[in-house]
Amino acid sequence: MSEFDQLYREVILDHYRNPRGHGELDRPDAEAEGQNPLCGDEVTIYVRLAPDGETIDEVKFSGRGCAISQAATSMLTELVTGRTATEVATLPKDELLEEIGIPLTPVRLKCALLGLGTLKVALHKAKGTPLPEEWAGMAGDLDLR
Amino acid sequence: MAVTAKPKLDAHRLRADFPVFEQLFHGKPLSYLDSASSAQKPRQVLDTMHEFYATSYANVHRGVYGLAERSTERFEAARETVRALVNAPSSREVIFTRSATEALNLVAYAWGLDNLGPGDLVVVTELEHHSNFVPWQYVAKRTGAAFRHIPIDDAGELQLDALDGLAAEGRVKVVANNLVSNSLGTINPVEELAAWAHEQGAIMVVDAAQAAPHRALDVQALGCDFLALSSHKLCGPTGAGALWGRRDLLEQMSPFNLGGEMIRSVALDRTSWNELPYKFEAGTPAIGEAVGFGAAIDYVTGIGLEAIEEHEHMLVAHALERLAEIPGLRAFGPPPERRAGIVSFDIEGIHPHDVAQVLDWEGVAVRAGHHCTQPLMTRLGVAATTRASFYLYTVPEEIDRLVEGLHRVKKVLG
Ligand SMILES: Cc1ncc(COP(=O)(O)O)c(C=O)c1O
Repeated sequence: MSEFDQLYREVILDHYRNPRGHGELDRPDAEAEGQNPLCGDEVTIYVRLAPDGETIDEVKFSGRGCAISQAATSMLTELVTGRTATEVATLPKDELLEEIGIPLTPVRLKCALLGLGTLKVALHKAKGTPLPEEWAGMAGDLDLR
Repeated sequence: MAVTAKPKLDAHRLRADFPVFEQLFHGKPLSYLDSASSAQKPRQVLDTMHEFYATSYANVHRGVYGLAERSTERFEAARETVRALVNAPSSREVIFTRSATEALNLVAYAWGLDNLGPGDLVVVTELEHHSNFVPWQYVAKRTGAAFRHIPIDDAGELQLDALDGLAAEGRVKVVANNLVSNSLGTINPVEELAAWAHEQGAIMVVDAAQAAPHRALDVQALGCDFLALSSHKLCGPTGAGALWGRRDLLEQMSPFNLGGEMIRSVALDRTSWNELPYKFEAGTPAIGEAVGFGAAIDYVTGIGLEAIEEHEHMLVAHALERLAEIPGLRAFGPPPERRAGIVSFDIEGIHPHDVAQVLDWEGVAVRAGHHCTQPLMTRLGVAATTRASFYLYTVPEEIDRLVEGLHRVKKVLG
């Protein structure tokens, strides 16, 4: 497979054309907005927690972005549903990147991680825990200090 | 006197001056359609910089020895070359900066902080590059001045009928505009704006980063007060730019950066400033880069700015015509008569990042993003666009490869 065919491989195109979890949630338990300063793309992530206050019941996202960011965020919603908020708040980015499974240049990496970073901001904000340094760039003008 | 028609520029021949085109990308020749972002460098500039560093380099101005004198002469000769490019009255009015961005910040800080206050208006435009927008927004906020913009119409041209309303709002003190828009290619009516600015008692600040490489410029004919330039968009090295300013204004202004070189004398309790232009050139300047900037101007003016303008006009007309064959493609900006060699477009339902990525595999380099003009993107109702931009070495075949690439984009992602 050429580099090209890998990047836009069928599963990516499928998630891009039929994104899972696309939409909004009314009165979510956690919510955040993220921007990619390189291209001005925006995503908002909404999280509904189970009555235990820990298990992620539902994740939705809205906003605009390229195929890579849309597909990655769509995959993310499948990856985290049913897991605990604490686990996802510290989820290593490699887990999502393995799922995406395509070689990404530094610019496209930012596209791929926009959804995950925004989800982390939402979860840390909801739990009142500090955002790990690695994701500090995602906080934007949200005051998380 | 007989009018001798200037020979048209031969871009296929000029390409041989640019070593970058000798390589393949993804096995394909490079179609470099991102010159508005930065221009490629010809051998003539690279060789001059190499020769300068190898034979004539030392720190400038204070050296007594021959090598330092030689270096200083080359640096000052580059300043004279910049002066001639913009037809400034004196090379004392030409300040070397790191970039066009630094030149504009210099004006915003050194003029703005001391001359703006509540009741004053700073007027920019909706299609300004962030570098002639954000410094003014910031300095307006710092001084309590109001920050306003001239809107554009749907074709991306300034709506000058908004000027009366702006004048009624307060004392207009600054009008800031790019002569050529880097996102749409719009050629703006800077002479008219300058005349209006002066009627209001305002200064006119022109960002010529995108204009100077592509068309002949004359600060006296434009009637502006400050003009910012960039080397790297004009086939020169990065790290060099210039500000031209009217002498009386530069004389009145306080310095921007402080330190070595910009002083006349320093005592424990006071410092006096050096004469122009050195008052605004604190620290060791980018000497070799200034020399390279001069060599780039010589290269470009040797080809002829009128010939370059005409060549790019032909390219932009060709591009607009060919792009029209792509279904769902919307090209932004004015008709070819009033635009420089820049085309920004949107393909319905396909993100510019994906467009640029697919094109990369065809060896076609375009820029996808907001091009440092987010207020303009908001006005156009998009987050980003795909932009193709041209220069003296651009050939129509590169635009044809762009169009073929876009057909592939539609096939993969449409
Ligand atoms: C219109 C315009 N102004 C200013 C700049 C900034 O120039 P520089 O890179 O020299 O700071 C650019 C470059 O992107 C530009 O296109």
